[in-house]
Amino acid sequence: MKLPIYLDYSATTPMDPRVAEKMAQCLTLEGNFGNPASRSHMFGWKAEEAVEIARRQVADLLNCDPREIVWTSGATESDNLAIKGVAHFYSKKGKHIITSKIEHKAVLDTCRQLEREGFEVTYLDPQPNGVVTPESVQQALREDTILVSIMQVNNEIGVINDIEAIGEITRANKVLFHVDAAQSAGKLNIDLERLKVDLMSFSAHKVYGPKGIGALYVCRKPRVRLEAQMHGGGHERGMRSGTLATHQIVGMGEAFALAKAEMHDENRKLMALRKRLWDGVSDLEQVFCNGDFDQRVPGNMNISFNFVEGESLLMALKDLAVSSGSACTSASLEPSYVLRALGMNDEMAHSSIRFAIGRFSTEEEVDFAIDKVRTAVNKLRELSPLWDMYKDGVDLEKVEWVSH
Amino acid sequence: MAYSEEVLDHYENPRNVGKMDDSDSHVGTGMVGAPACGDVMRLQIKVSDEGVIEDAKFKTYGCGSAIASSSLVTEWVKGMTLDQAAQLKNTEISQELALPPVKIHCSVLAEDAIKAAVADYRNKNT
Repeated sequence: MKLPIYLDYSATTPMDPRVAEKMAQCLTLEGNFGNPASRSHMFGWKAEEAVEIARRQVADLLNCDPREIVWTSGATESDNLAIKGVAHFYSKKGKHIITSKIEHKAVLDTCRQLEREGFEVTYLDPQPNGVVTPESVQQALREDTILVSIMQVNNEIGVINDIEAIGEITRANKVLFHVDAAQSAGKLNIDLERLKVDLMSFSAHKVYGPKGIGALYVCRKPRVRLEAQMHGGGHERGMRSGTLATHQIVGMGEAFALAKAEMHDENRKLMALRKRLWDGVSDLEQVFCNGDFDQRVPGNMNISFNFVEGESLLMALKDLAVSSGSACTSASLEPSYVLRALGMNDEMAHSSIRFAIGRFSTEEEVDFAIDKVRTAVNKLRELSPLWDMYKDGVDLEKVEWVSH
Repeated sequence: MAYSEEVLDHYENPRNVGKMDDSDSHVGTGMVGAPACGDVMRLQIKVSDEGVIEDAKFKTYGCGSAIASSSLVTEWVKGMTLDQAAQLKNTEISQELALPPVKIHCSVLAEDAIKAAVADYRNKNT
């Protein structure tokens, strides 16, 4: 077993070696290096063919038409293109956008930018279990709403939203619906033929593909129009100019094809590993799962260890590559905005750790992680005055703390 | 973030972890910080009739630098008089532990904790 153990698959995934091999074939003179836009010779035609095969592989996983897939540099660009593209194209129709407080920064910061341009944005509160309800979307709709943007799976807590139900509401009200699916593609069944989703963002590197490539699904029926954010040679039907990166695209296509073939078995394995992890730590007192326990993607487990501070816990877990809901980089700690939006108090947010297991995780690694976590939590609680007080029956909520 | 050797040493092997009987008139207790801010220190001293700190204990909820700062202070104040302990400066702590600027507040908290413990002892014994 090689240390440290990678348990941060929600941040990024290592590439599947089968993907890397395909990509390597599209780089050098001997390989498929041509510009897919070159119409006058074999090199271009071959590259274009590879790109179109990959486009079909991506479309196959999502059950949509390949012509509805637009290549981008990643989910951040897809989010930007979808939200700004719709807002700018349909701005005469209305100026109101609905999203949620627990979206990825690529959505939230794009919405902030649109607010500076004069758009109005409603940020929905999730339920305490992390779900953004269709009812809350329904209630926030206005006459001038043009777009709803809600993620399918949250990156920190892994909780799944009911985008099918939200899509029914938006379509019935003639409002466009964008879904950030960076954390759900390759993990959940996505059937775009059935879902009433107009735009969907994808990333390759969360699905064992390369970084630097993603896609945006743009629905053809009913037709969605976008104002391009990147201008140039008119690639991708004018929606996103720029020479297509054949090797990256081929990598994403292969990664999505592998996901389609193996997702079912992989999910079963990940569910078992996640259960093993939870069973291994949850009998420690005052341990809580953040976000809905069942309605989440298989690989994610976000856990708070009460009375233990997150950064010191990460320090003790130096053999594990995990991430914390707390970022102590300044005089005042900044707990995760996602956990805070669930209504969690700051100290619980500070004690949270996200474990994200994936394709290459093993039982041995999970057992090692359990052992490390148990030792660290017990040690730090021995050091914690809050744990003492809890054990003495002191209500910490009632203590008058001297803030600094 | 990279931690200094000194911080790692105190974090891995914290000195003088524990709790003293708060009702003992020879014991002074200082508790500073707040859970919401991410650190709480409880520092206790046991003082002889001559006003010399005979023993010190701490417990800290916080990052590695906060744990190290309080651990270091318990080592330093043993054998000091109350006046000497009350004059301990956070800059001495942060220098000894080579704390980066974003962690200076941990040493400030440790200084506050020892001051609070001395004040508590004096309060009890006047």
